[in-house]
Amino acid sequence: MPESTDRRLDWYRQTLLIRTFEDKVQQMFMTGRIEGTTHLCQGQEAVSVGAIAAITPGDVQTNTYRGHGEALALGMAPEVALAEMLGRSTGGSRGLGGSMHLIDRAKGNIGANAIVGAGMPIAVGAAMAFKLRAEPHVALTFMGDGATNIGTFHESMNMAATWKAPVIFIVSNNLYGEYSPVRMTTPVDDLARRAEPYDMPGVIVDGQDVEAVHAATSEAVTRARAGDGPSLLEMKTYRYRGHSRSDPAKYRPDGELEAWKARDPLLVLGQRLLDEGRMTVDGQASMADRIGAELDAAVERAEAAPYLTLEEAGSYVYAD
Amino acid sequence: MSMPTDMPAAADGDDTVEMTYRDAVNAALDDSLAQDPSVVFLGEDIGNEGGVFKTNAGLAEKYGERVINTPICENGFTGVALGMAVVGMRPIVEFMFADFMPTAGDAIVNQLPKYRFMSGGQLSVPVTLRVISGAGGRFGTQHSATGESWFMGQPGLRVAAASTPAAAYELLRAAVRSNDPVIVHEHKLLYIRKGPVRRGAVAEVGVASVERSGSDVTIVATMLMVERALQAAEMLAAEGIDAEVIDLRWIRPLDLETVGASVGKTGRLVVAEEQWHDGGWGATLISRLTMSGTQMASAPRSVALPDDTLIPFAPPLEDAVIPSAERIAEEVRASLRS
Repeated sequence: MPESTDRRLDWYRQTLLIRTFEDKVQQMFMTGRIEGTTHLCQGQEAVSVGAIAAITPGDVQTNTYRGHGEALALGMAPEVALAEMLGRSTGGSRGLGGSMHLIDRAKGNIGANAIVGAGMPIAVGAAMAFKLRAEPHVALTFMGDGATNIGTFHESMNMAATWKAPVIFIVSNNLYGEYSPVRMTTPVDDLARRAEPYDMPGVIVDGQDVEAVHAATSEAVTRARAGDGPSLLEMKTYRYRGHSRSDPAKYRPDGELEAWKARDPLLVLGQRLLDEGRMTVDGQASMADRIGAELDAAVERAEAAPYLTLEEAGSYVYAD
Repeated sequence: MSMPTDMPAAADGDDTVEMTYRDAVNAALDDSLAQDPSVVFLGEDIGNEGGVFKTNAGLAEKYGERVINTPICENGFTGVALGMAVVGMRPIVEFMFADFMPTAGDAIVNQLPKYRFMSGGQLSVPVTLRVISGAGGRFGTQHSATGESWFMGQPGLRVAAASTPAAAYELLRAAVRSNDPVIVHEHKLLYIRKGPVRRGAVAEVGVASVERSGSDVTIVATMLMVERALQAAEMLAAEGIDAEVIDLRWIRPLDLETVGASVGKTGRLVVAEEQWHDGGWGATLISRLTMSGTQMASAPRSVALPDDTLIPFAPPLEDAVIPSAERIAEEVRASLRS
C-alpha cells in the first residue's frame, strides 16, 4: 500500500493529537488557565479515532461530556475547541457550551451532552430522519459504561431495533462509571450482552486498537446503511485519569493503570507502523513535536479571543 | 417574534368554518403535515384509530410513515424528536396526558430548551409538544393535570394553552412553524366544543386574546377557565358588572402588554386557573404587573385549585375542586367590594 493511501498514518496522527490535546487541557485546568470541570479521554483515543473513521460526510454522531476525542477526530480545529473551553466567542459554541459541549454541526457533530444517556435518543432521531428521507446516512452515539444503566439507553435501543433505525451504539467500557467499578452497579461484565434482548448484534471490540475499532464500526455501519438496523459495540478500554478534574482515581487497584498503559493505543498502532516500516521512531517524535507546537500556538490564539457580551449570549436562546 | 398568516390579511371569513375543538386540532395537524414534508408526528398510539382522544383521525392513513407510533417512553421519544429536528425535520410530539411530561423531564428541561444555546446557535430545535391536559374527565389524580405552568420558567421554551377551536388550530399551527420548542396544551373537556375556525390562520406568539370587553374588572384565564370566566361575566352582567375576559393563550411569554392595558382600564384583576396558585402563571402575572407599577383599585384575586388538595377521582369531589363560573363570579364580586 502506498503511504499516501494508508489511512493508518492519519489515524496515528489523530490519536497523538487527541492525547497531546488532552494532556494540554489537563495542565491548563490544573493551573487555572481554564475554569470549571473537564472530563478527559486519555487512554480511550482509539475508540474516537477508529469509529469516526468508519463514517463519511453526511453521517452524524452524538457524544458525551467526555467528547473531546470525537470532536477532534471529526475535524474540529484544536483552536476552536480550546477557545470553547476558554469560553471565548471563537469557540464552536461561542463559549456558551464549554468543555462538555464541543458541538460542530458542519462536521456532523450534532451533540455533546452533559446528561448521561441523553445523546442516544437524539442519535436515534437523526437516524430516523435519514430513514424517512431515504438518505443513506447513519448516526453513531458514543457513551460510557455507566450510561447502559439509564433509561434512555434501553428506550433508545428498543426504538432503534423496532424501527430498524440506522444507528450504532458505541459503549466505551472503561471499567468505571464515575467512581464506581462496573461490577458494583451492573450485573454483567460484558455490556455487549445488553444487545441480545433488543435483537441486535452485540460485539466486543478491542478498544485499544484503532484498526479493530474501525473494522467493527465499519461492519455495523454497512449493516445500518443496508437497512438492517442498529448494532451495539462494546469497546474494552480504560481512562487513564479520574472521572473529572476533581477525581484522583484512588479507587483503582495497584497495577491496573500500568497494565492498560502497556496496551496504549499509541503504542499498539505506533509499533505496528514501525514494524511494517510505515513510520520511523524519528518520524513519530517529530510528529509529536509538531503537534505540541501547533497546540501551543492554538492556545495563544484562543486565549487572545474575546468573550461574547451577555446581550449577544442572550440572542442564542431563541431562533425566532 | 410575530407570525404571519398563510391567508391574506383581508380574509373576509370565507374560509371560516364551524368545527369542534377536536376537529380543529386534527385540521391543524393535517394542514401542517400537508404543507411541509419535514413535519412528522409521533407519540403513543397516535396512529391507532385516531389516537386515544380521536384527534388524529385519518392522519396515519394519509401520511403513512410520517405518523409514528412510539413505544411508551416519553423521555426517549422526545429526545428522538429533538434528533430529528436538528437534522432538518419539524416533529410534533403528542403527550397522551400532561401528567406524563415529568417522565420526559430531562428532554423538556435540559435538552429542548438548552440545545440551541449550548451549541452557540448551530442547532435549532423546531419541536412541538402537543399535550392533552386538564381535569374533569374522571381520570383520577395522575391523569388530570393541566401542567400548563410546570415549564413556564424555562428560557428556551414557549408554552401555549388553547381555550377554543380557533385557538387550538392557530396555536398549533404557530408552534409547528416556530423554529423553537413550543409546548401546546389542549384541554380534554373542550374537545367537543364547537366554534369558528379560520383554516390557515396562525397565532402570533405571545399575544393574548380579549374574548369579552368590559370596563369594571379584568379576568385572565386559560383553557377551560376561559369558558367559565365568560359564563361568570354573563352572570355578572345581569348584576350590572361589566367584566373583561382575556384568554391568555401564551404562558411563556406572558402578554403583559394586553393584560396590563386591560387592568389599567378596569383597575381590578382576577386570575382563573385550573392549577394551584403557587408556582402558576397567575402568581407570576400578578407579580410582574405589580413590579411594573400597574395601579389597581383593589388587591388582585385568584381562583385556583384549593391549596394542599390533589385532584380526587370521586366525581362530586373532582367537580368541587375545579373552579366553577360561580366561584369566578364570587371573586369578582369580592374584588369590587374591597
